[in-house]
Amino acid sequence: MILYFLALVLFVMGLYCLVAKKNIIKKIIGITITEYSINLFLILLGYRSGGVAPILLKGMPRSEIALHSVDPLPQALVLTSIVIGLGVLALMVAICLRLYEKYKTFDMSEINELRG
Amino acid sequence: MQGYYPLFTAIPLAATFIGLLLSKIGKRMADVVAFLATAILAVMSVLMLFESPFMYKVGGWLPPWGIMLAFDGLSAVLLVVINVISFLAIIFSLKYMTTYTAKPKYYGLFLLMIAGMNGVVITGDLFNLYVFLEIASIASYALVGFGCEREELEASFKYLILGGIASTAVLFGIAFLYSITGSLNMPDVAQQLELVGITRAVAFVIALFIMGFGLKASAVPFHAWLPDAHPSAPAPISAMLSGVLIKALGVYAIMRMMFHVIGRNELVASIMMFLGALSMVVAGLLAIGQDDFKRMLAYSSISQMGYVLIGLGLALNPNVATTVAALALIGAIFHLVNHAVFKSLLFLCSGSVEYRTGTRDLGKLGGLIRKMPVTGATCSIGSLAIAGIPPFNGFWSKLIIIIALIQGGYMIYGTIAVVVGFLTLVYFIKLQREALFGPLPEKLEGVREAPFAMTLPLVILAALCVALGIAYPLVDRQLLYAAQEAILDKVAFMNLLMGG
Repeated sequence: MILYFLALVLFVMGLYCLVAKKNIIKKIIGITITEYSINLFLILLGYRSGGVAPILLKGMPRSEIALHSVDPLPQALVLTSIVIGLGVLALMVAICLRLYEKYKTFDMSEINELRG
Repeated sequence: MQGYYPLFTAIPLAATFIGLLLSKIGKRMADVVAFLATAILAVMSVLMLFESPFMYKVGGWLPPWGIMLAFDGLSAVLLVVINVISFLAIIFSLKYMTTYTAKPKYYGLFLLMIAGMNGVVITGDLFNLYVFLEIASIASYALVGFGCEREELEASFKYLILGGIASTAVLFGIAFLYSITGSLNMPDVAQQLELVGITRAVAFVIALFIMGFGLKASAVPFHAWLPDAHPSAPAPISAMLSGVLIKALGVYAIMRMMFHVIGRNELVASIMMFLGALSMVVAGLLAIGQDDFKRMLAYSSISQMGYVLIGLGLALNPNVATTVAALALIGAIFHLVNHAVFKSLLFLCSGSVEYRTGTRDLGKLGGLIRKMPVTGATCSIGSLAIAGIPPFNGFWSKLIIIIALIQGGYMIYGTIAVVVGFLTLVYFIKLQREALFGPLPEKLEGVREAPFAMTLPLVILAALCVALGIAYPLVDRQLLYAAQEAILDKVAFMNLLMGG
């Protein structure tokens, strides 16, 4: 249960960082933290304390593995979600560098030519 | 056609890489590949209209374990909208994008976006939906900043941050649904949720989905990114974003989740109706004050999506009579299709105006209808259609939504919808007067009509505006009725799991 709270705390920290910080790099870090809190949450959903790896060895009955293994599905999901996160992160950093070239600053409050 | 269903994502994905590779050989190869791929997709999507609902098991794995692709009336409508509009946008790009560098990369991103949107529409698996949502979103973030100028980069970054939050919320919601039901297959999740009922956890999921998909659909409290992002992109991309992306990623996903997975619910219904009314009014009022061609269109997109949301909201209410719900849904889907047609038409018009005059500032434009007759005429048709003038398609869909609202007993919302219809007319008359009619500024004396590759999609879309308006009874029976039936019939969706 405490671990779930850790995921929540991470999520809120990331959201705070995203909203309160003006530096673009810090905003990027914030969004990455929220992403990872969700990943942690997903992993925790499939976790079982003392569980075994979900690998079906020869001669092992299927019901046995279902009783003792951790849930493999969230692990697969988290892998995919990490890869997607990497894509988003790379794009964010690339845009951030281009922004720095144009504006010579990382401060979001100075990058405000659009009215929203 | 059933066996070819996964090709809707496979063709654009393959074309992305083939196009980029072949662009090393010849300069025009990327154009050819993108044109061919979208043409094939457009034809396929039209053929899909004649299919009956089915389920496709990816790799032969049985559901609920394997990934499943679902097809029903709703997917059929969205597939046609996505693929036909993107085909026309690609034709427009052939000439328009010569003003930008790195054309092959543009086509690559464009095709990736199509792959993502098609994927969202065809999938029957929750996590698969998230993955395709992200593919389409990432491509669109990059496309918004494609010009790499100050404002474009700023808009792209803003869109990226808000889009990132939306995706996080969606993934969080999906994780919660998995923890409640232990499944990711949509019909299976729907069956499990029938047993669970609306618990606090499910309510939290609903909140996360409304926030996530609402951000993607840009309903009003979540709309801040759209008026920046849509005008900053190149014109064909603005047409795709406003015409298709907010519908495929936002409204379609809301429909699928709320009607089929979670089920009709009074609370969600009232939230959606409120969001819809708020979007209509706030964005409609903001649109009047704009003096940038594309920015006004962007605000009008938010306002028009309000109509779709309010129609959906009415249909989501389980206490409303079935006939009224069906009518509201027909109105909502028809308005969704119509908006895709006329809003992409108007954005492409703004593109061809910008291509010839080099400006989007309404104050600097004027009298263009004499210099650019085709662009001017199609732009007028689009404006009249979106403002809801009778022979055109926008009139019918707005009328149906308003009638449904009044039949459902929501007099206030009905009145708001009428008033916003009037507001729409006001700002499109302003657009017409300042861009197309009035005195021609001296600077624009030498302006010529846009090239053929740019006027052709405009003419086709304008013809669609007229055709959908006149042939409304035909469309109503064939397309909309099937889509509406598919949405309201949750049991049929859950049965896809058994059949197929």
